[in-house]
Amino acid sequence: MTRRVSERRRWSFTILAWLVALVIFFPILWTILTSFKSEADAIASPPKFLFFDWTTENYAEVQARSPYFRHFTNSVIISIGSTLLGLLIAIPAAWSMAFQPGKRTKDLLMWMLSTKMMPAAGVLIPMYLLFRSSGLLDTRFGITFVLMLINLPIIIWMLYTYFREIPSEILEAARMDGASLKNEIVHVLTPMAVPGIASTMLLNVILAWNEAFWTLNLTTSKAAPLTTFIASYSSPEGLFYAKLSAASTMAIAPILILGWFSQKQLVRGLTFGAVK
Amino acid sequence: MATRHQKTLARFMVAPSVLLLLGWMIVPLAMTLWFSFQSYNLLSPGMEQFIGFTNYKYFLSDPAFWTAMANTLMIVGGVLAITVIGGVVLALLLDQPIMGQGIVRILMIAPFFIMPTVSALVWKNMFMNPVNGLFAWMAKAVGAQPIDFFAQYPLMSIILIVAWQWLPFATLILLTALQSLDSEQMEAAEMDGAGAWSKFTHLVLPHLSRAITVVILIETIFLLSVFAEILVTTNGGPGYASTNLTYLVYSQALLQYDVGGASAGGIIAVILANIVAIFLMRMIGKTLE
Repeated sequence: MTRRVSERRRWSFTILAWLVALVIFFPILWTILTSFKSEADAIASPPKFLFFDWTTENYAEVQARSPYFRHFTNSVIISIGSTLLGLLIAIPAAWSMAFQPGKRTKDLLMWMLSTKMMPAAGVLIPMYLLFRSSGLLDTRFGITFVLMLINLPIIIWMLYTYFREIPSEILEAARMDGASLKNEIVHVLTPMAVPGIASTMLLNVILAWNEAFWTLNLTTSKAAPLTTFIASYSSPEGLFYAKLSAASTMAIAPILILGWFSQKQLVRGLTFGAVK
Repeated sequence: MATRHQKTLARFMVAPSVLLLLGWMIVPLAMTLWFSFQSYNLLSPGMEQFIGFTNYKYFLSDPAFWTAMANTLMIVGGVLAITVIGGVVLALLLDQPIMGQGIVRILMIAPFFIMPTVSALVWKNMFMNPVNGLFAWMAKAVGAQPIDFFAQYPLMSIILIVAWQWLPFATLILLTALQSLDSEQMEAAEMDGAGAWSKFTHLVLPHLSRAITVVILIETIFLLSVFAEILVTTNGGPGYASTNLTYLVYSQALLQYDVGGASAGGIIAVILANIVAIFLMRMIGKTLE
């Protein structure tokens, strides 16, 4: 008797969960489907779900309308560049705070995190004017540097929470065996730290890829990543749903795939280790 | 015991991060503060002069400011209500023994990875458009009048879009917290004859309280500065109906070239965020212990 009830319960929860998941996912699915329709099919009423003439012409047109690959390349360079630059600066800091914490380490970490809470509106104007006067507006270097700065606190925190889990006895043992600091870092610490560094990198590439305040305000065309490119579709020209969908699909596909790999790290990274 | 040598080394390793963040925090913020006391318009360069608190007076007495303030709070409050309540419900659902849980999770988390400009434009055009959108078609199919979302309910439409992006985040964090709930404790409660509701209020909810706090505080930081979703859908309109503080500062500075007034707005945004931040820092500080 109990068995039958729990079997039924299992089925009803399964169906409910799938329904909810499909509703939440539907806008993305719909965008992907629409990207393969003709513009006429894209606004057909009643809507065409699967039975339409599948076409890839939108993808070609999006590229013709504006150089999609340039924006894609910009997104790749900016998100990976800002993450690598951030790691370069953050790894030594996180390493020393995790293994040689001082009295003020905790305060320092908190202060670093607090910089993340400064609203962009509070610094938009000086950043814009500084960028304008130094010729950094619409340059890849400029936007990469800013994204590195806004993600630096998260990178440090994530690395710190990972490094802290490396048992320090191992380092002491290596030191006892006479390992130099260089050897200690290269042969002992690095292999143990790689998974943490990798997930920090993954999450920050995603954050930088989707960042849409500074990219929209500090880039226009030459250095514009996909966020800015997609925003150019906000003023519609004739029928454009299928083209918008094609552009959107290309903009979200790479990061969606990366994102699915990063689910676990996402929780711990974005809650600064408060929820694991 | 750390030697002096090691201590010096540690300082060197932390220094670049500290200096960069210090510069990032102090230089622009000081400039914003300075501009906020100036009469400074990009259209009339060379005319800058010190005018004390006049910008603040204008900004605070502008009805647009209070509308923007109310909208900011509405966005934060609305999205939080949807995502926290929805997140708890969805986390409880996902915690059940369901088939294909991995795929369900993957589908549910997806909106979080969509860039804001994409999700806003997709929702605006393909769903909420009063002529060609899917919602309009659904309304017509049941014989109702299609809703012109962005004309009639601009702020609510933006709240819906932003909530769709953040619901997965809340769900994922609450689910992670839920999975660390002690199953023995749950079984013991069942033995004692506790019903589903009393288990929820006495065991589950207290266990989730910390995760819920984290969700609220982290979402608040991001929600206070919602920007792209407004820029690509309503441009803050109609009128100021969907302008929040961040968007107001942006439009004052980069559309109306009023650097002084916008800076005063920026400083007010900083103060607002600081009030929130104080709570957040306290909370995270506790988890460090």
